[in-house]
Amino acid sequence: MLTTDRLGGSALCLLAVFVMWESRRLPLGTWHHPGPGYFPGLLAVILFVLGGLVGAMGKHAASVATVGWSEARQALVILAVGAFICFALEGLGYRLTMLAALLFLVWLVERRSLVTAVTFALALAGGSFYLFDTVLRVPLPRGPFGI
Amino acid sequence: MAETLQNLGLGFSVALQPAVLLYAFAGCVVGTLVGVLPGVGPLAGISLLLPATFGLTATNAIVMLAGIYYGAMYGGSTTSILMRIPGEAASVMTCIDGYAMARKGRAGAALAIAAVGSFIAGTVRVVALMLLAPPLARFALRFGPPEYFALLLLGLLVLAYMSGGSMVKSLAMAVLGLLLGMIGIDQMSGYFRFSYGIVELGDGLGVVPIAVGLFGIAEVLATAGQEVPPQVLKPKLRELLPSRREWRESLMPMGRGTVLGFLIGVIPGSAHIISSFVSYAVERRLSRHPEEFGEGAVAGVAGPESANNAATSGAFVPMLALGVPSGPIPAVMLAARASRSSPRPTRSSAARPPSPWTSSLPWR
Repeated sequence: MLTTDRLGGSALCLLAVFVMWESRRLPLGTWHHPGPGYFPGLLAVILFVLGGLVGAMGKHAASVATVGWSEARQALVILAVGAFICFALEGLGYRLTMLAALLFLVWLVERRSLVTAVTFALALAGGSFYLFDTVLRVPLPRGPFGI
Repeated sequence: MAETLQNLGLGFSVALQPAVLLYAFAGCVVGTLVGVLPGVGPLAGISLLLPATFGLTATNAIVMLAGIYYGAMYGGSTTSILMRIPGEAASVMTCIDGYAMARKGRAGAALAIAAVGSFIAGTVRVVALMLLAPPLARFALRFGPPEYFALLLLGLLVLAYMSGGSMVKSLAMAVLGLLLGMIGIDQMSGYFRFSYGIVELGDGLGVVPIAVGLFGIAEVLATAGQEVPPQVLKPKLRELLPSRREWRESLMPMGRGTVLGFLIGVIPGSAHIISSFVSYAVERRLSRHPEEFGEGAVAGVAGPESANNAATSGAFVPMLALGVPSGPIPAVMLAARASRSSPRPTRSSAARPPSPWTSSLPWR
């Protein structure tokens, strides 16, 4: 039976294997003079062992089939919007990106009225830009026409 | 001792001047605002506001910067408690029980305990700073790479051992955290590790983005699909104060957090973060009801909050006694002092009993 612990342990083992694979390009060094790949490799081995232990001892954990995620749809939409912000920030600039993301979330996902969504998005995108960029002088990305 | 008291009197005569008090107040208010903003943190706050102190005397500038520092350290707890989003890295542990207390309608009590704990820790540590700074600073400077390694290893093991639940899982998470710390430029060889050509990853992953992601985004995702939105709490004024039981439960953790925070804070590095982690682990271990941790234990707020503020004072020890900054924040403050063409404290000045306020007098 696939339990949450077995799934988690397997994921840790996979990650450990990935780190070992990626560390192969880095010089390993020696015990007395460890190279940049030494510590990641060592940690990956330890993580593999611990992941294996988590999986091996996870017989009595909750079954994955019984674990629900009722909010999955909303959560995935939010994650997708987060990804959009990451990629669009440099090109569109902070204000346009945040405006678009907030409008989408409040109007289409939260299903609030258009007026509420526009007001909220404008206030938050403009207000946070003013606070960080203008007042605190933290340079935020600007998009087309310096917006 | 007489000289210490004399210097203390001199320090108070300067610190209690209305203008100095005003700058201290302004610094604390601005610092609290900075601390509340996730991702800005005390270092960025002090660096950004440094030019604002250029027109001030050295004493006023240092007092204001210290106010910003302390304020930011406290302000970080506000968003941790109310929104489960740490304002800065040292407030990560407060997220766990502070937010759980808020969910139980004890947000005011959690904020009050964090504030009082921070105040007590800060005050007690200032006194300790005056008396113990020179010997502690000399001890701290003996710390080399092996000692740091041992200390960090101890911190991780203590956390894994005391955090409750499965120790194997705790250790696995500690190793996962260390692996995330591997991303970026290797300090010894200059190799880029796991950066995949992305220049920004050369600096590694910041603690605050990870903490905000783990706590803040996770909370957003968890509540995203709720059909009934979370209830907005509207406590009455008297409910904002902790109950007698909560005060009783927080006193010892505050004391322990203060001592732990100061001792760990003396050591250069990210001491304020480590101190809050160690304090949380110690409180959980010493508690008669460890099962309450994570569910809104008062000690889980009082201990770490006191510890990170005490560590803030501790960070001044090497700077004031020996003129050696123990981390980036004291370094910026030292730079602020140096920008006024003032000599920085030297080893010869370590003979004088230092205090945060009197120490600035010779360079006024």
